[in-house]
Amino acid sequence: MRELIRLKKEPRISSYYSIVGSHERKGPLGECFDEYSSDNKFGKESWEKAESEMQRLALAGALKRAECADADIDALLAGDLLNQCVGSSYGLIDFDIPYITLYGACSTCALSLGIGALLYNGGMANKCACVTSSHYCSSERQFRFPLEYGGQRTPTSQWTVTGSGAFILGNTGYVKISEVMLGKSVDMGISDINNMGAAMAPACIDTLKRYFNTSGCRVEDFDLVLTGDLGYEGSEILKELLLRDGIDIRKNHADCGLMIYDRDKQDKHAGGSGCGCSASVLAGKVMRDLESGALQNVLFIGTGALMSPMSLYQGGSIPAIAHLVRLESLNGNIS
Amino acid sequence: MNKEDYKIYVEGRATKSKCAKNCIFAFLIGGTICVVGQFLKNLYIYLGVIEQNASTLASISLIVIAGLLTGLGIFDNIAKIAGAGTLVPITGFANAVVSPAIDTKSEGYIFGVGAKIFTIAGPVILYGIFSGVIYGVIYYFMGVL
Repeated sequence: MRELIRLKKEPRISSYYSIVGSHERKGPLGECFDEYSSDNKFGKESWEKAESEMQRLALAGALKRAECADADIDALLAGDLLNQCVGSSYGLIDFDIPYITLYGACSTCALSLGIGALLYNGGMANKCACVTSSHYCSSERQFRFPLEYGGQRTPTSQWTVTGSGAFILGNTGYVKISEVMLGKSVDMGISDINNMGAAMAPACIDTLKRYFNTSGCRVEDFDLVLTGDLGYEGSEILKELLLRDGIDIRKNHADCGLMIYDRDKQDKHAGGSGCGCSASVLAGKVMRDLESGALQNVLFIGTGALMSPMSLYQGGSIPAIAHLVRLESLNGNIS
Repeated sequence: MNKEDYKIYVEGRATKSKCAKNCIFAFLIGGTICVVGQFLKNLYIYLGVIEQNASTLASISLIVIAGLLTGLGIFDNIAKIAGAGTLVPITGFANAVVSPAIDTKSEGYIFGVGAKIFTIAGPVILYGIFSGVIYGVIYYFMGVL
Protein backbone atom coordinates (compact mmCIF):
# COMPACT_ATOMS: atom_id res chain seq x y z
CA MET A 1 0.00 0.00 0.00
CA ARG A 2 2.88 2.38 0.69
CA GLU A 3 3.94 2.72 -2.88
CA LEU A 4 2.36 1.49 -6.09
CA ILE A 5 -1.02 -0.22 -5.86
CA ARG A 6 -1.70 -2.62 -8.74
CA LEU A 7 -5.41 -3.24 -8.78
CA LYS A 8 -6.47 -6.88 -8.88
CA LYS A 9 -10.00 -5.92 -9.76
CA GLU A 10 -9.69 -3.07 -12.23
CA PRO A 11 -12.60 -0.65 -12.47
CA ARG A 12 -13.64 0.78 -15.78
CA ILE A 13 -14.79 4.30 -16.40
CA SER A 14 -18.36 3.69 -17.45
CA SER A 15 -19.23 7.27 -18.24
CA TYR A 16 -17.95 10.79 -17.86
CA TYR A 17 -19.29 14.29 -18.29
CA SER A 18 -17.70 17.71 -18.45
CA ILE A 19 -19.09 21.19 -18.00
CA VAL A 20 -17.23 24.50 -18.24
CA GLY A 21 -17.63 28.26 -18.19
CA SER A 22 -17.29 30.77 -21.01
CA HIS A 23 -13.48 31.26 -20.94
CA GLU A 24 -12.88 27.52 -21.18
CA ARG A 25 -15.40 27.22 -23.97
CA LYS A 26 -13.40 29.80 -25.94
CA GLY A 27 -10.17 27.85 -25.38
CA PRO A 28 -8.57 25.29 -27.73
CA LEU A 29 -10.63 22.43 -26.22
CA GLY A 30 -13.88 24.42 -26.28
CA GLU A 31 -15.72 22.05 -28.59
CA CYS A 32 -14.76 18.97 -26.55
CA PHE A 33 -16.78 19.72 -23.44
CA ASP A 34 -20.24 18.25 -23.03
CA GLU A 35 -21.85 21.40 -21.74
CA TYR A 36 -20.99 25.02 -21.13
CA SER A 37 -22.65 28.13 -19.86
CA SER A 38 -22.01 31.57 -21.27
CA ASP A 39 -23.35 32.84 -17.95
CA ASN A 40 -20.58 32.05 -15.45
CA LYS A 41 -23.16 32.23 -12.66
CA PHE A 42 -25.02 29.29 -14.20
CA GLY A 43 -28.28 31.05 -13.45
CA LYS A 44 -27.58 31.25 -9.72
CA GLU A 45 -27.25 34.25 -7.42
CA SER A 46 -23.74 33.62 -6.05
CA TRP A 47 -20.48 32.21 -7.41
CA GLU A 48 -20.47 29.45 -4.80
CA LYS A 49 -23.97 28.37 -5.83
CA ALA A 50 -22.83 28.48 -9.46
CA GLU A 51 -20.04 26.03 -8.63
CA SER A 52 -22.51 23.75 -6.87
CA GLU A 53 -24.76 23.89 -9.90
CA MET A 54 -21.87 22.79 -12.12
CA GLN A 55 -21.30 19.74 -9.92
CA ARG A 56 -24.98 18.89 -9.97
CA LEU A 57 -25.12 19.13 -13.76
CA ALA A 58 -21.91 17.14 -14.18
CA LEU A 59 -23.03 14.25 -12.01
CA ALA A 60 -26.53 14.24 -13.49
CA GLY A 61 -24.99 14.13 -16.98
CA ALA A 62 -22.62 11.28 -16.12
CA LEU A 63 -25.39 9.25 -14.43
CA LYS A 64 -27.68 9.74 -17.39
CA ARG A 65 -25.01 8.64 -19.85
CA ALA A 66 -24.24 5.56 -17.73
CA GLU A 67 -27.97 4.86 -17.51
CA CYS A 68 -27.66 4.67 -13.74
CA ALA A 69 -30.03 5.71 -10.99
CA ASP A 70 -28.81 7.07 -7.65
CA ALA A 71 -29.49 3.70 -6.03
CA ASP A 72 -27.05 1.97 -8.40
CA ILE A 73 -24.10 3.97 -7.08
CA ASP A 74 -22.47 2.77 -3.86
CA ALA A 75 -20.28 5.76 -3.14
CA LEU A 76 -19.98 9.35 -4.23
CA LEU A 77 -16.51 10.87 -3.94
CA ALA A 78 -16.47 14.59 -4.49
CA GLY A 79 -14.51 17.69 -3.70
CA ASP A 80 -13.67 21.24 -4.69
CA LEU A 81 -11.48 24.11 -3.53
CA LEU A 82 -13.89 25.95 -1.28
CA ASN A 83 -13.92 25.88 2.52
CA GLN A 84 -15.82 22.85 3.83
CA CYS A 85 -16.11 21.77 0.17
CA VAL A 86 -19.40 23.62 -0.10
CA GLY A 87 -19.35 23.33 -3.88
CA SER A 88 -19.80 19.59 -3.58
CA SER A 89 -21.87 19.43 -0.41
CA TYR A 90 -24.60 21.74 -1.64
CA GLY A 91 -24.43 20.74 -5.27
CA LEU A 92 -24.78 17.02 -4.67
CA ILE A 93 -27.27 17.18 -1.80
CA ASP A 94 -30.18 15.96 -3.90
CA PHE A 95 -28.43 12.75 -4.93
CA ASP A 96 -29.33 9.81 -2.74
CA ILE A 97 -25.81 8.34 -2.65
CA PRO A 98 -23.45 7.80 0.33
CA TYR A 99 -21.06 10.73 0.08
CA ILE A 100 -17.37 11.10 0.89
CA THR A 101 -15.95 14.63 0.76
CA LEU A 102 -12.40 14.88 -0.49
CA TYR A 103 -9.95 17.73 -0.33
CA GLY A 104 -6.78 17.41 -2.33
CA ALA A 105 -6.80 20.94 -3.72
CA CYS A 106 -6.26 20.70 -7.49
CA SER A 107 -5.33 17.01 -7.22
CA THR A 108 -8.86 16.07 -6.15
CA CYS A 109 -9.90 14.62 -9.51
CA ALA A 110 -7.05 12.08 -9.48
CA LEU A 111 -7.59 11.50 -5.77
CA SER A 112 -11.29 10.72 -6.27
CA LEU A 113 -10.55 8.35 -9.16
CA GLY A 114 -7.80 6.68 -7.11
CA ILE A 115 -9.93 6.17 -4.00
CA GLY A 116 -12.91 5.12 -6.10
CA ALA A 117 -10.71 2.53 -7.80
CA LEU A 118 -9.50 1.28 -4.40
CA LEU A 119 -13.07 0.93 -3.13
CA TYR A 120 -13.94 -1.03 -6.26
CA ASN A 121 -10.79 -3.13 -6.00
CA GLY A 122 -11.56 -3.99 -2.38
CA GLY A 123 -15.11 -5.00 -3.21
CA MET A 124 -16.54 -2.17 -1.13
CA ALA A 125 -18.28 -0.58 -4.08
CA ASN A 126 -19.47 -1.91 -7.40
CA LYS A 127 -20.09 1.53 -8.79
CA CYS A 128 -18.62 4.86 -7.69
CA ALA A 129 -19.19 8.41 -8.81
CA CYS A 130 -16.26 10.86 -8.74
CA VAL A 131 -17.00 14.57 -9.12
CA THR A 132 -14.76 17.61 -8.83
CA SER A 133 -15.06 21.27 -9.69
CA SER A 134 -13.53 24.69 -9.39
CA HIS A 135 -14.82 28.13 -10.28
CA TYR A 136 -12.61 31.10 -11.06
CA CYS A 137 -14.80 33.57 -9.22
CA SER A 138 -15.43 31.58 -6.03
CA SER A 139 -11.73 30.65 -5.79
CA GLU A 140 -10.50 34.14 -6.47
CA ARG A 141 -12.71 35.46 -3.67
CA GLN A 142 -11.55 32.87 -1.18
CA PHE A 143 -7.85 32.73 -1.96
CA ARG A 144 -6.90 36.03 -3.54
CA PHE A 145 -8.66 39.34 -4.15
CA PRO A 146 -12.19 40.54 -4.83
CA LEU A 147 -13.10 40.02 -8.47
CA GLU A 148 -13.26 43.66 -9.43
CA TYR A 149 -10.04 44.57 -7.64
CA GLY A 150 -7.67 46.24 -10.07
CA GLY A 151 -4.33 44.53 -9.88
CA GLN A 152 -1.72 43.08 -12.18
CA ARG A 153 -1.10 39.34 -12.22
CA THR A 154 2.47 38.14 -12.43
CA PRO A 155 3.51 36.04 -15.46
CA THR A 156 3.87 32.95 -13.24
CA SER A 157 0.29 33.14 -11.93
CA GLN A 158 -2.38 30.71 -13.06
CA TRP A 159 -6.05 31.15 -13.80
CA THR A 160 -8.52 28.94 -11.90
CA VAL A 161 -10.63 26.99 -14.37
CA THR A 162 -14.39 27.28 -14.19
CA GLY A 163 -15.39 23.73 -14.81
CA SER A 164 -16.43 20.40 -13.44
CA GLY A 165 -15.94 16.80 -14.44
CA ALA A 166 -17.80 13.69 -13.29
CA PHE A 167 -16.86 10.03 -13.78
CA ILE A 168 -18.75 6.84 -13.04
CA LEU A 169 -16.57 3.84 -12.18
CA GLY A 170 -18.03 0.39 -12.68
CA ASN A 171 -17.64 -2.80 -14.67
CA THR A 172 -18.46 -1.44 -18.12
CA GLY A 173 -16.59 0.95 -20.37
CA TYR A 174 -13.60 1.14 -22.67
CA VAL A 175 -11.10 2.63 -20.25
CA LYS A 176 -9.79 0.98 -17.12
CA ILE A 177 -7.84 2.15 -14.10
CA SER A 178 -5.05 -0.34 -13.51
CA GLU A 179 -2.73 1.33 -11.02
CA VAL A 180 -2.95 3.91 -8.28
CA MET A 181 -0.19 5.69 -6.43
CA LEU A 182 -1.15 8.10 -3.70
CA GLY A 183 0.96 11.22 -3.29
CA LYS A 184 2.95 12.42 -0.34
CA SER A 185 2.80 15.95 0.96
CA VAL A 186 5.93 17.74 -0.26
CA ASP A 187 6.94 21.26 0.78
CA MET A 188 9.96 22.82 -0.88
CA GLY A 189 9.50 26.18 0.80
CA ILE A 190 7.69 28.04 -1.99
CA SER A 191 5.34 30.64 -0.52
CA ASP A 192 4.46 32.63 -3.64
CA ILE A 193 0.71 32.34 -4.19
CA ASN A 194 1.37 33.47 -7.76
CA ASN A 195 3.68 30.61 -8.58
CA MET A 196 1.72 27.50 -7.69
CA GLY A 197 3.38 25.55 -10.49
CA ALA A 198 6.73 25.83 -8.69
CA ALA A 199 5.10 24.76 -5.42
CA MET A 200 3.47 21.69 -7.01
CA ALA A 201 6.26 20.48 -9.30
CA PRO A 202 8.35 18.86 -6.50
CA ALA A 203 5.34 16.79 -5.37
CA CYS A 204 4.81 15.62 -8.93
CA ILE A 205 8.51 14.79 -9.28
CA ASP A 206 8.34 12.78 -6.04
CA THR A 207 5.34 10.74 -7.21
CA LEU A 208 6.71 10.13 -10.71
CA LYS A 209 10.12 9.08 -9.42
CA ARG A 210 8.50 6.67 -6.97
CA TYR A 211 6.32 5.36 -9.77
CA PHE A 212 9.12 4.69 -12.23
CA ASN A 213 11.31 3.21 -9.47
CA THR A 214 8.69 0.73 -8.32
CA SER A 215 6.56 -0.08 -11.38
CA GLY A 216 9.26 -1.34 -13.70
CA CYS A 217 7.67 0.78 -16.43
CA ARG A 218 9.57 3.24 -18.58
CA VAL A 219 8.40 6.62 -19.83
CA GLU A 220 8.21 5.17 -23.37
CA ASP A 221 5.51 2.75 -22.23
CA PHE A 222 3.07 5.64 -22.04
CA ASP A 223 1.46 7.68 -24.77
CA LEU A 224 0.94 10.48 -22.37
CA VAL A 225 2.18 11.60 -18.97
CA LEU A 226 -0.62 13.98 -18.13
CA THR A 227 -0.19 16.37 -15.21
CA GLY A 228 -3.10 18.24 -13.68
CA ASP A 229 -2.31 21.90 -13.51
CA LEU A 230 1.39 22.63 -13.27
CA GLY A 231 1.02 25.34 -15.88
CA TYR A 232 3.99 26.64 -17.82
CA GLU A 233 6.33 27.21 -14.87
CA GLY A 234 5.59 23.94 -13.11
CA SER A 235 5.74 21.88 -16.31
CA GLU A 236 9.13 23.30 -17.26
CA ILE A 237 10.48 22.66 -13.75
CA LEU A 238 9.07 19.12 -13.80
CA LYS A 239 10.64 18.25 -17.14
CA GLU A 240 13.98 19.83 -16.33
CA LEU A 241 14.42 18.33 -12.86
CA LEU A 242 13.23 14.87 -13.92
CA LEU A 243 15.71 14.98 -16.79
CA ARG A 244 18.51 15.64 -14.29
CA ASP A 245 17.47 12.37 -12.64
CA GLY A 246 17.53 10.55 -15.96
CA ILE A 247 13.77 10.50 -16.59
CA ASP A 248 12.96 12.20 -19.87
CA ILE A 249 9.25 12.96 -20.21
CA ARG A 250 9.68 15.84 -22.65
CA LYS A 251 8.22 13.97 -25.62
CA ASN A 252 5.07 12.61 -24.03
CA HIS A 253 4.22 15.12 -21.34
CA ALA A 254 1.11 17.28 -21.44
CA ASP A 255 -0.45 19.45 -18.77
CA CYS A 256 -4.19 20.07 -18.48
CA GLY A 257 -3.47 23.65 -17.38
CA LEU A 258 -1.62 24.29 -20.65
CA MET A 259 -4.20 22.50 -22.80
CA ILE A 260 -7.34 24.28 -21.68
CA TYR A 261 -6.45 27.87 -22.62
CA ASP A 262 -4.58 29.64 -25.35
CA ARG A 263 -2.29 31.35 -22.86
CA ASP A 264 -1.31 34.27 -25.06
CA LYS A 265 -4.59 35.01 -26.79
CA GLN A 266 -6.67 34.49 -23.65
CA ASP A 267 -4.19 36.29 -21.36
CA LYS A 268 -3.97 33.39 -18.93
CA HIS A 269 -0.29 33.84 -18.00
CA ALA A 270 1.09 30.44 -16.86
CA GLY A 271 -2.12 28.56 -17.74
CA GLY A 272 -5.12 27.05 -15.98
CA SER A 273 -5.39 25.57 -12.50
CA GLY A 274 -7.99 24.30 -10.06
CA CYS A 275 -9.53 20.88 -9.61
CA GLY A 276 -12.00 21.64 -12.40
CA CYS A 277 -9.01 21.97 -14.74
CA SER A 278 -7.83 18.37 -14.75
CA ALA A 279 -11.39 17.07 -14.27
CA SER A 280 -12.83 18.86 -17.30
CA VAL A 281 -9.80 18.22 -19.56
CA LEU A 282 -9.79 14.53 -18.62
CA ALA A 283 -13.53 14.15 -19.10
CA GLY A 284 -13.69 16.43 -22.13
CA LYS A 285 -10.67 15.42 -24.14
CA VAL A 286 -8.41 12.66 -22.79
CA MET A 287 -11.18 10.17 -21.99
CA ARG A 288 -12.49 10.45 -25.54
CA ASP A 289 -9.04 9.75 -26.95
CA LEU A 290 -8.64 6.74 -24.64
CA GLU A 291 -12.03 5.41 -25.64
CA SER A 292 -11.33 5.77 -29.34
CA GLY A 293 -7.95 4.11 -28.90
CA ALA A 294 -6.03 7.19 -30.05
CA LEU A 295 -4.39 7.02 -26.64
CA GLN A 296 -3.62 3.62 -25.13
CA ASN A 297 -1.77 4.21 -21.94
CA VAL A 298 -1.95 7.37 -19.87
CA LEU A 299 -0.37 8.26 -16.55
CA PHE A 300 -2.62 10.87 -15.02
CA ILE A 301 -1.10 12.81 -12.14
CA GLY A 302 -3.34 15.25 -10.33
CA THR A 303 -1.27 18.00 -8.73
CA GLY A 304 -2.52 20.03 -5.80
CA ALA A 305 -1.18 23.01 -3.86
CA LEU A 306 -2.50 22.58 -0.32
CA MET A 307 -2.43 26.31 0.20
CA SER A 308 -4.08 28.27 2.98
CA PRO A 309 -3.87 32.08 2.90
CA MET A 310 -3.88 32.09 6.73
CA SER A 311 -0.84 29.82 6.95
CA LEU A 312 0.97 31.94 4.39
CA TYR A 313 0.33 35.09 6.45
CA GLN A 314 1.76 33.20 9.43
CA GLY A 315 4.97 32.70 7.50
CA GLY A 316 4.29 29.21 6.20
CA SER A 317 4.97 27.85 2.74
CA ILE A 318 2.82 25.83 0.37
CA PRO A 319 2.78 22.03 0.75
CA ALA A 320 1.80 20.20 -2.39
CA ILE A 321 0.64 16.73 -3.36
CA ALA A 322 0.42 14.64 -6.51
CA HIS A 323 -1.76 11.55 -6.87
CA LEU A 324 -1.29 9.20 -9.79
CA VAL A 325 -3.70 6.90 -11.61
CA ARG A 326 -2.88 4.84 -14.67
CA LEU A 327 -5.55 4.80 -17.34
CA GLU A 328 -5.56 2.18 -20.06
CA SER A 329 -7.65 1.95 -23.18
CA LEU A 330 -9.50 -1.28 -23.90
CA ASN A 331 -9.98 -0.02 -27.43
CA GLY A 332 -12.93 -2.15 -28.41
CA ASN A 333 -11.52 -5.26 -26.73
CA ILE A 334 -14.30 -5.10 -24.18
CA SER A 335 -15.32 -8.50 -22.90
CA MET B 1 18.12 19.77 -4.14
CA ASN B 2 17.41 21.38 -0.79
CA LYS B 3 14.77 24.04 -0.12
CA GLU B 4 17.15 27.00 -0.40
CA ASP B 5 18.61 25.78 -3.69
CA TYR B 6 15.14 25.08 -5.04
CA LYS B 7 13.93 28.58 -4.17
CA ILE B 8 16.93 30.13 -5.92
CA TYR B 9 16.37 27.85 -8.94
CA VAL B 10 12.66 28.74 -9.14
CA GLU B 11 13.24 32.47 -8.79
CA GLY B 12 16.01 32.36 -11.34
CA ARG B 13 13.94 30.69 -14.03
CA ALA B 14 10.53 32.32 -13.36
CA THR B 15 9.14 34.40 -16.22
CA LYS B 16 9.65 38.02 -15.24
CA SER B 17 7.15 40.86 -15.52
CA LYS B 18 7.81 43.23 -18.39
CA CYS B 19 9.13 46.02 -16.25
CA ALA B 20 9.76 48.67 -18.91
CA LYS B 21 6.38 48.13 -20.59
CA ASN B 22 4.59 48.19 -17.23
CA CYS B 23 6.35 51.42 -16.22
CA ILE B 24 5.45 53.15 -19.48
CA PHE B 25 1.77 52.18 -19.21
CA ALA B 26 1.71 53.13 -15.52
CA PHE B 27 3.19 56.52 -16.39
CA LEU B 28 0.82 57.14 -19.30
CA ILE B 29 -2.42 56.01 -17.64
CA GLY B 30 -1.50 57.34 -14.18
CA GLY B 31 -0.52 60.62 -15.83
CA THR B 32 -3.81 60.75 -17.71
CA ILE B 33 -5.73 60.30 -14.45
CA CYS B 34 -3.76 63.21 -12.95
CA VAL B 35 -4.50 65.36 -16.01
CA VAL B 36 -8.22 64.54 -15.64
CA GLY B 37 -7.95 65.52 -11.95
CA GLN B 38 -6.31 68.83 -12.88
CA PHE B 39 -8.91 69.44 -15.58
CA LEU B 40 -11.70 68.85 -13.06
CA LYS B 41 -10.08 71.20 -10.56
CA ASN B 42 -9.78 73.94 -13.18
CA LEU B 43 -13.36 73.31 -14.24
CA TYR B 44 -14.64 73.70 -10.67
CA ILE B 45 -12.63 76.93 -10.24
CA TYR B 46 -14.04 78.15 -13.54
CA LEU B 47 -17.52 77.39 -12.19
CA GLY B 48 -16.81 79.64 -9.20
CA VAL B 49 -15.63 77.19 -6.53
CA ILE B 50 -12.74 78.43 -4.34
CA GLU B 51 -9.41 76.71 -5.00
CA GLN B 52 -9.22 74.63 -1.79
CA ASN B 53 -12.74 73.26 -2.32
CA ALA B 54 -12.06 72.68 -6.01
CA SER B 55 -9.16 70.34 -5.09
CA THR B 56 -11.39 68.37 -2.73
CA LEU B 57 -14.16 68.22 -5.33
CA ALA B 58 -11.71 66.95 -7.96
CA SER B 59 -10.61 64.15 -5.59
CA ILE B 60 -14.22 63.26 -4.83
CA SER B 61 -15.02 63.20 -8.55
CA LEU B 62 -12.14 60.81 -9.24
CA ILE B 63 -13.33 58.56 -6.40
CA VAL B 64 -16.86 58.54 -7.82
CA ILE B 65 -15.61 57.76 -11.33
CA ALA B 66 -13.33 54.95 -10.07
CA GLY B 67 -16.15 53.51 -7.95
CA LEU B 68 -18.53 53.62 -10.87
CA LEU B 69 -16.03 51.99 -13.24
CA THR B 70 -15.39 49.28 -10.62
CA GLY B 71 -19.12 48.60 -10.37
CA LEU B 72 -19.42 48.42 -14.15
CA GLY B 73 -16.58 45.90 -14.29
CA ILE B 74 -14.34 48.21 -16.33
CA PHE B 75 -11.79 49.33 -13.74
CA ASP B 76 -10.00 45.99 -13.35
CA ASN B 77 -9.55 45.78 -17.12
CA ILE B 78 -7.85 49.18 -17.16
CA ALA B 79 -5.80 48.33 -14.04
CA LYS B 80 -4.58 45.12 -15.66
CA ILE B 81 -2.69 47.28 -18.16
CA ALA B 82 -2.07 50.34 -16.00
CA GLY B 83 -0.79 48.61 -12.82
CA ALA B 84 0.59 51.29 -10.54
CA GLY B 85 -0.94 53.88 -12.87
CA THR B 86 -4.40 53.25 -11.44
CA LEU B 87 -3.21 52.05 -8.03
CA VAL B 88 -1.23 55.07 -6.91
CA PRO B 89 -3.74 57.88 -7.54
CA ILE B 90 -6.84 58.08 -5.36
CA THR B 91 -8.60 55.84 -7.91
CA GLY B 92 -6.76 52.78 -6.55
CA PHE B 93 -8.04 53.44 -3.07
CA ALA B 94 -11.61 53.84 -4.32
CA ASN B 95 -11.35 50.53 -6.17
CA ALA B 96 -9.90 48.83 -3.07
CA VAL B 97 -13.02 49.79 -1.10
CA VAL B 98 -15.69 49.31 -3.77
CA SER B 99 -14.48 45.94 -5.08
CA PRO B 100 -14.85 44.03 -1.77
CA ALA B 101 -18.20 45.75 -1.22
CA ILE B 102 -19.50 44.38 -4.53
CA ASP B 103 -17.91 41.01 -3.93
CA THR B 104 -19.35 40.41 -0.48
CA LYS B 105 -22.89 41.56 -1.22
CA SER B 106 -23.96 37.91 -1.46
CA GLU B 107 -23.21 37.48 2.28
CA GLY B 108 -25.55 40.35 3.22
CA TYR B 109 -25.05 43.93 4.36
CA ILE B 110 -23.76 43.12 7.88
CA PHE B 111 -21.52 40.05 7.61
CA GLY B 112 -20.73 40.67 3.97
CA VAL B 113 -20.37 44.31 2.95
CA GLY B 114 -20.17 45.70 6.50
CA ALA B 115 -17.56 43.29 7.77
CA LYS B 116 -15.46 42.96 4.64
CA ILE B 117 -15.57 46.36 2.92
CA PHE B 118 -12.18 47.40 4.35
CA THR B 119 -10.45 44.06 3.82
CA ILE B 120 -7.94 45.63 1.44
CA ALA B 121 -8.08 49.30 2.41
CA GLY B 122 -8.24 48.55 6.16
CA PRO B 123 -4.48 48.49 6.81
CA VAL B 124 -4.05 51.77 4.90
CA ILE B 125 -6.82 53.42 6.90
CA LEU B 126 -5.63 52.07 10.26
CA TYR B 127 -1.98 52.94 9.88
CA GLY B 128 -2.75 56.16 8.02
CA ILE B 129 -4.84 57.43 10.94
CA PHE B 130 -2.39 56.04 13.49
CA SER B 131 0.58 57.82 11.95
CA GLY B 132 -1.57 60.97 11.66
CA VAL B 133 -2.19 60.84 15.43
CA ILE B 134 1.53 60.43 16.18
CA TYR B 135 2.38 63.26 13.82
CA GLY B 136 -0.28 65.44 15.49
CA VAL B 137 1.04 64.77 18.98
CA ILE B 138 4.63 65.58 17.92
CA TYR B 139 3.44 68.68 16.10
CA TYR B 140 1.51 69.81 19.21
CA PHE B 141 4.50 69.46 21.52
CA MET B 142 6.77 71.18 19.04
CA GLY B 143 4.34 74.10 19.18
CA VAL B 144 4.35 74.09 22.99
CA LEU B 145 8.14 74.17 23.13
